[in-house]
Amino acid sequence: MSNQQPANSGNNEHTALEVDGLTVVGRPSDVEIISGITLRVRRGEILGLVGESGSGKTTLGLSLLAHCKRATEITAGAISLSGTPLLGRTENEVRQMRGRSVAYIPQSPASALNPALRLRTQLSEALHAGPAPGNGTAGDTPRVLDRVREVLREVALPDDDAFLKRYPHQLSGGQQQRVAIAMAFIGYPDLIVLDEPTTGLDVTTQAHVLQTIRRMTRDYGTAGVYISHDMAVVADLADDIAVMYQGDVVERGAANDVLAAPQHPYTARLLRAVPLLKTGGHAEPEEEPGDALLRVRGLQANYGSAPVLQNIDIDVRRGQCVALLGESGSGKTTLSRSVVGLHHRFTGEVLFDGEALAPSSYRRTAEQRRRVQYIFQNPYEALNPRKRVRDLILAPYIHLAGQPTDPDAVVHEALERAALPAAYAERFPEQLSGGERQRVSIARAIATKPDLLICDEITSALDVSVQAEIVQLLRNLQDDGMALLFVTHNIALVSNIAQKVAVLNKGEIVEYGHVGTVMSDPRHSYTRALIADTPDFELSFSESPLHRTIQAPPVKAAPRAE
Amino acid sequence: MSTATLETAPADPPAPRRRSGLLHAAWRHGRTKAGVIIVGLVVVVAIAGPFLSPYSPTEPVGPPNSTGVEESLFGTDGIGRDVFSRFLHGGYTLIGIAVLAALGGVAAGAVIGIVAGYLRGWLDEFLMRTNDMVLAFPQLVLALLVMSIIGPQVWLIVLLIGGSHASRVARVAREATLKVIEQDFIKSAEAIGLPRWRIMATEILPNISSPLLVELGLRITYSVGLIATLSFLGMGLQPPTADWGLMINENRVAVTVQPWAVALPVGAVALLTIGANLITDGLSRASIGIDRGVEE
Repeated sequence: MSNQQPANSGNNEHTALEVDGLTVVGRPSDVEIISGITLRVRRGEILGLVGESGSGKTTLGLSLLAHCKRATEITAGAISLSGTPLLGRTENEVRQMRGRSVAYIPQSPASALNPALRLRTQLSEALHAGPAPGNGTAGDTPRVLDRVREVLREVALPDDDAFLKRYPHQLSGGQQQRVAIAMAFIGYPDLIVLDEPTTGLDVTTQAHVLQTIRRMTRDYGTAGVYISHDMAVVADLADDIAVMYQGDVVERGAANDVLAAPQHPYTARLLRAVPLLKTGGHAEPEEEPGDALLRVRGLQANYGSAPVLQNIDIDVRRGQCVALLGESGSGKTTLSRSVVGLHHRFTGEVLFDGEALAPSSYRRTAEQRRRVQYIFQNPYEALNPRKRVRDLILAPYIHLAGQPTDPDAVVHEALERAALPAAYAERFPEQLSGGERQRVSIARAIATKPDLLICDEITSALDVSVQAEIVQLLRNLQDDGMALLFVTHNIALVSNIAQKVAVLNKGEIVEYGHVGTVMSDPRHSYTRALIADTPDFELSFSESPLHRTIQAPPVKAAPRAE
Repeated sequence: MSTATLETAPADPPAPRRRSGLLHAAWRHGRTKAGVIIVGLVVVVAIAGPFLSPYSPTEPVGPPNSTGVEESLFGTDGIGRDVFSRFLHGGYTLIGIAVLAALGGVAAGAVIGIVAGYLRGWLDEFLMRTNDMVLAFPQLVLALLVMSIIGPQVWLIVLLIGGSHASRVARVAREATLKVIEQDFIKSAEAIGLPRWRIMATEILPNISSPLLVELGLRITYSVGLIATLSFLGMGLQPPTADWGLMINENRVAVTVQPWAVALPVGAVALLTIGANLITDGLSRASIGIDRGVEE
């Protein structure tokens, strides 16, 4: 089979994918979800498809496999793969092409792999779909198995029988994603569609997976369409970039051109929103005198009998932002939840303004609860969908601070500080975009005028451009004297917002110090690896607002940016 | 697609439309409309019936079991009472008891389910295992057992049927609660120290209203069937009350000579059950989003 590589793989000028005037509409309202898209991708190259959630990039990605989400329909346009038209074929013919001519790598490998099948079955199934032209018989098991092993080696996974016997749940997230990549490449497709395949992975794994994708597309002469909302990832990976906005491709060109001189204002905005890893140029702040607002000493936390945090020492001063940096499983959320009283099983000293905080929020005084507020990661789950924004903000206020004399004033002030119009008070969460929901969460937290705000990955569920606005908002709050405990996995973000950073690895703080010191001179190998693996690009056309400490806030000008 | 994404901002943009509520979404299904019409017809008959009936439901108006009586639409039953009048009188008790039992059962079940699902621990175990024991007892047999001890009473029917519904609803409510409490807004309420009962009442309950509504429809249907069965078995409403279940029992022996006395109540109960099922089906389809298109 390996001698059956595409005959023209040497000819990189050959066009693998051609999309012409593709339009997808939603039923029954006939809204055009994407309209008149025209694209071209050559063999061995990767097109980065960038846009925010709702811009139609996933709809476009799926339509490249002649697949439509429920209640949508391709109404116009043509797609051809290596000259063969894809649309207007029977369901059976399309099925034959999927996996052989075009393959798909989804966002979440955990949901893409069948949990009940061993890898061997799973991977050879992709080849059994039907005999490819000239590929011999499909039931040729030894040859199929050879191919499975070959492709596993290519994605840098073991190819022995023990590994092939595993089930998907016995693999790490990165391994699962590499299996998904192997599965996509196994049939030598002309085109591979990648829908944010690294979103759920930590940066080190992401770097490996991106490398694998890059190498595989080159070696196979496969065209790639890489869908992402993250400019930094695409900048590292793609040859061409197409920027999608409201169902249209607003800009298309070679990656370097688009990054260096964006033509469309929306592209420029996307680029400016990317937090860039700042390794130098941090002001070295003086150590402020006085006691810390939050003082954690020797904190140890368990889940059942398994320890998740050990020997944690952290200080947060008034008006200071301390970042907790760590990857999933590092214990950073457990730490922040212990501080707010949602995780009870910990020992050690947690002092807030000189007084010890009880492990459970229910044992704390109302005043303590008022002064420490928490903002959650996922804005889609953090707001009760059955309550209006007004009630969402007022209910905690009344509970913690008592009935206000003028409830409207409380709501309006909180909304204003979160850069939302007062009219939003009457809305329900489902009438808000993700970024707006997160602003409401912030408004709810700051309505009670807390002294310490704990932000648990509050931007990770949001688009990059919305993230920039939220970060700006947090900065303004910090300028007003609020202390922040900013939990994140994004080191670039840390370098742009925090004064101090604690790097968490496997439940322990491996590095703790001023952001400037840690970024420019990381002591621990883990921190160094994090900095090295974070995708980054030079912003040459203008200065990123996230880089500057002081700037005119663009926040209020575009409150509905998502 | 989020509704808020597609406009560029004027100073104060109009709020995007809310996604239509459960009832509204359910109404779009044809089956819901059919169900509402059918149930509506039966309910109108049951409620307006007593005011329209030509004769008293308990007084004889002619010879027994005859169909050709003057001035009587469907003839007379076994002891000479007007079948049509009894039919018109026989619905409201049945429907009233069914609705009361279902409401009570769903309310009690929701409380049990939410408490078990949210507080967890030994209380959850205790409530749900007790629940399993109640579930293991057939609804009808349990009702018959208790009724034969205490005697047939209307309040007892409501209590027994409601109680047997409660254990079934509790399981559904607990599952729905488990899904809701995973979400962060519950943690947010805990972080500010909102009392547990208020979290259950204001944060959890409104968010499991869809499955509870579906349950309510389903439980009304079951209640109708159960009450009719109990009456038929002589353990429900007692003669000489006019009641559909009782009518079937009283007149089944004469069904060949006076078919109307059985056919009318059987038809009404069947229609009511089918109609309520159609509505429930529409509600559950709407709540899980079958056939939802792209709007905006």
